[in-house]
Amino acid sequence: MSGALKEVRNRIKSVQSTQQITKAMKMVSAAKLRRAQDAITQMRPYARKLQEMLSNIVSNTEEEVGGSLATARPVEKVLLIVITSDRGLAGAYNANIIKAAKVAINERYAQQFAKGNVHIWGIGKKGYEHFLRLNYNVHADFKDIFLNLRFDTVQACASAAVKAFEAKEYDAVELVYSEFRNAATQRFTVEPFLPIPKVTGTVGKKSDFIFEPAKEELIAELMPKILNTQLYKAVLDANASEHGARMTAMDKASENANELLKNLKLSYNRARQAAITTELTEIVSGAAALQG
Amino acid sequence: MNLEILTPEKKIFSGEVYGVQLPGIDGMFEILDRHAPLVAALKAGNMKVLKDKIGGAATNYTIQSGFVEVINNKTTILIEGAN
Repeated sequence: MSGALKEVRNRIKSVQSTQQITKAMKMVSAAKLRRAQDAITQMRPYARKLQEMLSNIVSNTEEEVGGSLATARPVEKVLLIVITSDRGLAGAYNANIIKAAKVAINERYAQQFAKGNVHIWGIGKKGYEHFLRLNYNVHADFKDIFLNLRFDTVQACASAAVKAFEAKEYDAVELVYSEFRNAATQRFTVEPFLPIPKVTGTVGKKSDFIFEPAKEELIAELMPKILNTQLYKAVLDANASEHGARMTAMDKASENANELLKNLKLSYNRARQAAITTELTEIVSGAAALQG
Repeated sequence: MNLEILTPEKKIFSGEVYGVQLPGIDGMFEILDRHAPLVAALKAGNMKVLKDKIGGAATNYTIQSGFVEVINNKTTILIEGAN
């Protein structure tokens, strides 16, 4: 009888210590999430102004603009930049991103994939390791961006992608990541990166701007900057999503641990009372036998 | 004139200044009060923010490439990094 009691006691103890860990992880993620959101807010004015500048230039030009980075060509070789997290225990976060990448491959790039022409750059260890295990064409150059998340490192990745696109190593580049909505919701997206979607219909200020150098050269300078910012935004979004996902997952885990503890305590008390009752019955019946 | 200096990581300057000297792609130039609307590309180099007059107090930044836009006496400088 006391054996069963001890077993339940041990389980309670282990569930309690697990719960302590999940609670701490939730707290840590909440703090990191706040910092990640701050980084997104800091980046916004820059991104907005860059876009505004582009539309100002475009609305002051007659002809179509874009240059080589905006020119689509037949897609033979594809690059997917898949942004996952470095660590697990974030619910279905990484699994969902990997799934989104695979859906994109199967639905749109099945032909290229069959020829081995779909390459993957994994940002974040989890996605990188997953695709490595499956023997995809994955490159490790940028997998450690999250170890030290700064603009320069992200910029290096974006310029490498631009360079590869210009050298015709890839005919299309897409980003697979999770857009940040709020702590509980992420939106898993596959977003075109290169070639750049044509800029049309954007209404900027019509003004007598002095352009220096000429508009075409300006746009050629502006495009890579916009791509850098786009990738940086994606990485920041992914970072915030990761912490949001981990926070919700750990919150759920703590809740489940509570539920589990309630049930265990119930069965512990039931076993304890049963033990007392049996002991009492034994004593009473023993005394009765002596008196008898 | 009003000046704002933005990088992807943070806003590094915002406020009223006398003028700013910039490393344009075709050479150094200066933007003073009531400059005409302008969009220009910048190369890596030294940027000097003049607080109240030429030769007066100034803040220097070493910048990487970027852009400047002037419209309605408001100057916005976008750079990818500075120190």
